Amino acid sequence: MLSPVTDTDGAPFWQYARQGQLRVQTCADCDETRFPPRPCCPHCQSFASEWRQVSGRGRVWSYVFPHPPLLPDYAAVAPYNVIVVELVDAPRIRLVGNLVSEAGAALNSLSPSRIRIEARVQVVFDADGLPQWVLERP
Amino acid sequence: MAGQRMAGLKDATAIVGIGQTSFAKQLPEDERTLACRAVLAALDDAGIAPGEVDALASYTMEETDEVELAKAVGFGDLTFFSKIGYGGGGSCATVAHLATAIAAGQATVGVAWRSRKRGSGARPWTNTTRQLPTPAQWTRPFGLLRPADEIAMLTRRYMYEYGATRDHLFNVALACRNRANQNPAAIMYDRPLTREMYMTSRWISEPLCLFDNCLETDGALACVVVSRERARDCRRTPVYVHSAAQGLPAQHHGMVNYWNDDPLTGPAWTAARHLWKHADFTPQDVDVAQIYDAFTALVPLSLEGYGFCGRGEGGAFTEGGALEIGGQLPLNTSGGGLSEAYVHGFNLINEGVRQLRGTSTAQVPDAATCLVTAGEGVPTSALLLRS
Repeated sequence: MLSPVTDTDGAPFWQYARQGQLRVQTCADCDETRFPPRPCCPHCQSFASEWRQVSGRGRVWSYVFPHPPLLPDYAAVAPYNVIVVELVDAPRIRLVGNLVSEAGAALNSLSPSRIRIEARVQVVFDADGLPQWVLERP
Repeated sequence: MAGQRMAGLKDATAIVGIGQTSFAKQLPEDERTLACRAVLAALDDAGIAPGEVDALASYTMEETDEVELAKAVGFGDLTFFSKIGYGGGGSCATVAHLATAIAAGQATVGVAWRSRKRGSGARPWTNTTRQLPTPAQWTRPFGLLRPADEIAMLTRRYMYEYGATRDHLFNVALACRNRANQNPAAIMYDRPLTREMYMTSRWISEPLCLFDNCLETDGALACVVVSRERARDCRRTPVYVHSAAQGLPAQHHGMVNYWNDDPLTGPAWTAARHLWKHADFTPQDVDVAQIYDAFTALVPLSLEGYGFCGRGEGGAFTEGGALEIGGQLPLNTSGGGLSEAYVHGFNLINEGVRQLRGTSTAQVPDAATCLVTAGEGVPTSALLLRS
C-alpha cells in the first residue's frame, strides 16, 4: 500500500493523525479552515495558521469502487471502496478515505451495500496513523 | 492615435493545415518519428515549407521537444515556442497560444502537435515516484489511484445531485462509437457498440465502466496556424480561430476537485465565459461540437459549462439522439477519445477543421461553426472555429 508522500504544508496533518487526532489547517487571523493545506490563506492572505482539532464526524459525499487494473497491493483487495467525507464541523472540508468495518480493517472489509451518500461516519485511525472511517450506526 | 483599438484574436488567424499518423494500440515507430510525420503531413496539407515555421506549441507532457523536432524536420529560426500543462487540458491552448503569438506579431507560421505512445507505453498512474506530493498524499494512500477513479467520484455525486443515469453516459459512448464506425481511421471503425454491451461490461471504477473510458492509443497529430491574410494563399479553405480561451477557476483542484464550494462546476465554466464574451455567436449557433471525452461523464459537465443546457441538465440533454448526426448537437464526429483515438484531445481539433472544410467522414451538412474543447476536470482550454 502507498504511504502518504508528505510536503511541508501537509506534514502536520499526518503528524497529528499518528497521534490519533484529526486536525484541519485554519487561518489564525480570519479563522477560515482550508484544505488541502497551503502556505497562506486565500481569503485574507495571512501566513499565520493553526491546526484545529475537529470532531471527526462526517457524511459520505461520494464514493467509488475501483476495479483492476490497479497497483498490485490495491488489485489484491479490489473491488474496495474509496469515499469522500464532508466534515460536520467544516462542511467545505472533504477528505478522501476508506469506509471500513472497524479501525485497522482492510479497504474491502465493509459490504458495498452498506455505503450510500449522506451516510454518517466517524473517523478512526489504523496502526500506521492513517485516517479511516466507520459508520456511525454499524 | 485615432483608430487604434485592441485587435483581439477574433478571426485574426486560421488553421490551414492538419496532419496525423495512423492510430493503433501499438505503432512500430517511436514518438519522435511519429511527431515528425504528423507535423510534415500538416505542413504539406497547408502547402507551407518547414523552413517557414517560426512558432511551436505543444503540451508539457509532450516528450519530443522543440529542439528535436526543429532539427529533424528543418524548421527555420523559431521566435515563439510554448508548452501548456495539465495533460489533455492543454490541447486547444496550443492553437490559442499560436493564434495569440501570430496576432500579436511575434510569429507568422505556427505548428501545434502531440505525439504519444499511450497505447503501447506505460500508464502514467503506475509510476508512483513521479507523482507530486500534493495532492497525491490526500488521495493515493486510500486507493484513489487513477484519473478514472478521480472522475468516477465526481460522476457519482453528479448522478446523485441531478438524477443523471448510466443511460445518459451510454448515450455519449454510443454517439462517439457511431461516428467512429463511419471513420476508417478510427480504432473502433469496425466495432459497433450496443446498450447490452455497455450495461454488461466490466467496471473500471464504479460508476464508470469500460466503455466510459477512453482508448489507449499510439499516434500523433499536428496543425498549422497562420494569419488570416496568409491563410488566403494556402492550399486549403481556411478554418478561422474565432475565439479561444484557457480556464483555471478560483480554488480549483484538478481532477480531485473535491475541496471547493461547488465541485461540479469546473474549468469549462471559466473557459466558456471568456470564449463567448469574444464570440459573434452563441451556443445555439454551434453546428457541431468536439468535446473532450477521456471519460463519458465529462461530456454532460461540459455541455453545462459551455452553455448548451442549464445546470444539472447535461445528462438529459443527451436523450433523444441529441448527440447524433441530425441531433441538436452532433458530437465528436470522428469518434473522439472514446472511439477514434486518445491522443490528449488533438484529434478533436483536426476533426473540427475537417467539419468546417466539409471533409469529415461523418459530415454535418453545411457546418459553419464548431466548438472544440480540451479536458474538463483539469485547467482547460477551448476554441470556437468558423469557416
